[in-house]
Amino acid sequence: MDRSEVEAKMTDLLVDELGIDRDKIAMSASFEEDLEVDSLGVVELLMALEDNFGVSIPDEEAEQIGTVGQAVDLVMQKLGG
Amino acid sequence: MTRRVVVTGLGTINPLGHDVESFWKAALEGRSGVGQITAFDTSGYKATIAAEVKDFDPEQYIERKEARRLDRYDQFFWAATQQAIEDAGIAYEDDDPAAHRAGVVVGSGIGGMISFQEGVDTMRQRGPDRVSPLAITQIISNMAAGLVSIRFNLRGPNTCIVTACAASANAIGDAAELIKRDAADVMVAGGGEAPICEFAVAGFSQARALSTRNDEPERASRPFDAERDGFVMGEGAATLILEEREHALARGAKIYAEIVGYGMSADAYHVTLPRPGGGGAARAMQNAIEDAGLGPESIDYINAHGTSTQANDSTETAAIKAVFGDHAYKTPVSSTKSMTGHLLGGAGALESLVCILSIRDGIVPPTINLENPDPECDLDYVPNEARAVPVRNAMTNSFGFGGHNAALVFAAHQTAET
Repeated sequence: MDRSEVEAKMTDLLVDELGIDRDKIAMSASFEEDLEVDSLGVVELLMALEDNFGVSIPDEEAEQIGTVGQAVDLVMQKLGG
Repeated sequence: MTRRVVVTGLGTINPLGHDVESFWKAALEGRSGVGQITAFDTSGYKATIAAEVKDFDPEQYIERKEARRLDRYDQFFWAATQQAIEDAGIAYEDDDPAAHRAGVVVGSGIGGMISFQEGVDTMRQRGPDRVSPLAITQIISNMAAGLVSIRFNLRGPNTCIVTACAASANAIGDAAELIKRDAADVMVAGGGEAPICEFAVAGFSQARALSTRNDEPERASRPFDAERDGFVMGEGAATLILEEREHALARGAKIYAEIVGYGMSADAYHVTLPRPGGGGAARAMQNAIEDAGLGPESIDYINAHGTSTQANDSTETAAIKAVFGDHAYKTPVSSTKSMTGHLLGGAGALESLVCILSIRDGIVPPTINLENPDPECDLDYVPNEARAVPVRNAMTNSFGFGGHNAALVFAAHQTAET
């Protein structure tokens, strides 16, 4: 899976699983401030990433994610890309 | 000076309508909201029918991102409350001191039952780490009250009543008491339920509570009829805005009715069966009438609990006779559940709304499917067709598993001091 595919899938997950407006989503968008994802939403997102990308994300690594782009980076790294 | 409590806003989502007026029209026409269950595959279930809320779109009321986090029960109560708040014309800004004098009491029998079932399914099938972080907030019964306090900035008393099928009647009664004792000026009061899922249908079936007239869904809920065979599960919510009378008059609010009486009692008898003879139910009614300062002959209409179970309808009839004597035979009594099914914890609020609209319009809705009355049920149940009748004082009954009994009395609002 290349980066553009991960980005597209990440965007779909944010829309479908977290109910975020598609036009608000940019790679630079911060989950907390721009997308208003609260702590429960972060857990939902991690579960969605694990389910959809077949990766495992420990809590301490999850805490490093601040933006959509950083989440894509982490998934790419887990996928060995 | 005694603080009096009036009703200044109404809202509902239920099987007959998605707003107050369309519900009321359908109820007066005697329509049934019961049909085959579409929420899940009913193969293997004893009861396959329910009164579902059809085509409900939560995003009409709730932002998509928020709506998907809520149990269906919370969505119903949120929507009904938004209607009621808009109807009453109240709004509280962030720093409004009045917001601290506005609160919520919600009643629900079982809270987020659908979410509970889904959460347990996920845990069993996929393990504990796949349970949603929202599972608990979707399940707990009080969350509807918490959510509407957040949405509408209601910072006063905030609580939840869980007394099975008496829950939202108790919520309204308790909310009125909070206003009377000066703990609040405005209260959002009501309740809801969304129990149409595999676990609840199986559980109520095993308790032998549900009708199995599966081939005739519209005729299945038949309170007081000799051929009744159980209640039909319903879903939905109703909300009343209660307001201290002077507060409402000062802002020129539209006043639907006054809440004048609230009575409670316990059967102290059995978890599902009513006390034979209806003594517990009778004491709740008696207490409500006394609280209202009225005599039984002043009650012009009784909205019965009227579930359509064998035990409820004959016992409630006996209880009405015990309280009203000969006047029982002169008082129209009808069951909303004949049309809406049984909204469990939401029933008392929806049926309070019926009493209020009966007072407003001088007409009472029928008990449908009453074709062959049980000899033990010999009162005037307004069979099958609505009836124009002046209503000054209306009483609604709600009785819950566990032997919880509640009755409320609503009165036409009088402008003169009494």
